Amino acid sequence: MSVEDQQMKIRCLVAKVGLDGHDRGAHVIARAFRDAGFEVIYSGLHNAPEEIVQATVQEDVDVLGISILSGAHNELVPDIIEGIKEYDAYEDTLIVVGGIIPEEDEEFLYENGVDGIFGPGTPLEETITFIEENVKRDE
Amino acid sequence: MSNEMSEIEELVSELLDGKHRALAKAITYIENNRPGYRKLVSELHQHTGNADVIGITGSPGAGKSTLVDKMANVYRDRGETVGVIAIDPSSPFSGGAVLGDRIRMASTVGDMDVFFRSMSARGTLGGLSTATTDAVKALDAFGKDKIIVETVGAGQNEVDIVKTADTVAVLVPPASGDDIQMLKAGILEIADIFVVNKADLDGADMTVKELREMIHMRNSGPSPASGHHGADALVDTEVDFPGDTDSDWETPIVETVAKKGEGIDEFLETIQQHVDWLAESGEGTRQARQRYAAEIQRLIREDVAKLVERDLKAAGGLDAKVEEVMAKESDPYTVTDELLAAIRNPAQPANTE
Repeated sequence: MSVEDQQMKIRCLVAKVGLDGHDRGAHVIARAFRDAGFEVIYSGLHNAPEEIVQATVQEDVDVLGISILSGAHNELVPDIIEGIKEYDAYEDTLIVVGGIIPEEDEEFLYENGVDGIFGPGTPLEETITFIEENVKRDE
Repeated sequence: MSNEMSEIEELVSELLDGKHRALAKAITYIENNRPGYRKLVSELHQHTGNADVIGITGSPGAGKSTLVDKMANVYRDRGETVGVIAIDPSSPFSGGAVLGDRIRMASTVGDMDVFFRSMSARGTLGGLSTATTDAVKALDAFGKDKIIVETVGAGQNEVDIVKTADTVAVLVPPASGDDIQMLKAGILEIADIFVVNKADLDGADMTVKELREMIHMRNSGPSPASGHHGADALVDTEVDFPGDTDSDWETPIVETVAKKGEGIDEFLETIQQHVDWLAESGEGTRQARQRYAAEIQRLIREDVAKLVERDLKAAGGLDAKVEEVMAKESDPYTVTDELLAAIRNPAQPANTE
């Protein structure tokens, strides 16, 4: 009986972390992801790291996209990843960061578990293709 | 296959142990119709029945998400755990969706005992009521005290979704003549409680008055809800609406200003009264029976449809059958009989003597 037809969708959380109030980029990304057929959960401005952890775990997203413009990425991003690991959700979540990340910080973030960094001017297709090719599925 | 089964067993035991990740994954199984999800939901069933399930519906912008946020906050203050399923319609063009209900969940930030899950329609609204029912079971089995199902009240499919709840609250924004019209088209009958949200705005009194008149008319008139019909008769025949003739629950109207947290306590008190009434009157048991009956009927219908679709494909597809009928080589009854033969008598498939 093959009555269990799978309906897979890439689920993605787009989150703005910390104090900066610029969400235009996050909106553009959310819409582009939607148009690419993703299911996008948008969690609004000023998310605390534990809020993003909560959303990532509960929504069981395949992708966490963090938009950060404030410069506090070296503190906030590792906090988030640490929390996600605590709930055993790291292994199957692709973590991408967008916004203003100086080149010298990239290595630090990659070492701390970020899978991709996309700065200003990155074509949307490039980000979408990266996600489609690298999304971590259980099987 | 056995690997898949042990995976399901592990997931079930982790979920029952209260592991958040397992609950989240279980709902993903359900949403994706991933192989094994039926076994998963079957295993969970015996652990359900302890939660109060509350449905919140209303037009876009009525304040559903804000109200749900405040409700969750009060329940948490009382030490109760909360599960929320927020359903948003899918973008019809690409199959993608942006789900934004989470933005309003500001009062319980970082509190893992509020489990909030966004679901989209994924283009198949019919299947969504099944997915919602199953996701509610997962939250119930996990041990949530209160489960809130939030959806836009736009039509019959959303009505089906919200009917998974024990208590249904319909939100009405003030001064919305249009909304009252919309309510008349089917949402009215499912309301156990009306909530006039944004009650500090002009027109709130008028809206309360109109609703009161409507409830009065319904109670004195010749039960307009009982003549429910439509193409989905297999599912709907057994399903009465709460608030129908033989019940004595008078739909209350509660005024709230969700944004400021006003009227929330009264609203939750009213929900509790309804929950108590369901238990005392026996109505809750009756409705549970009806829900299971409807669920079984729905699953049968969905499965049969899928099996027939498979057979139809194997027989060359619908177009081929239509051509046969056009050429008078066959007729619609014969085609249907042939396709259903395997289901009607599985021991003797249609093509053997």
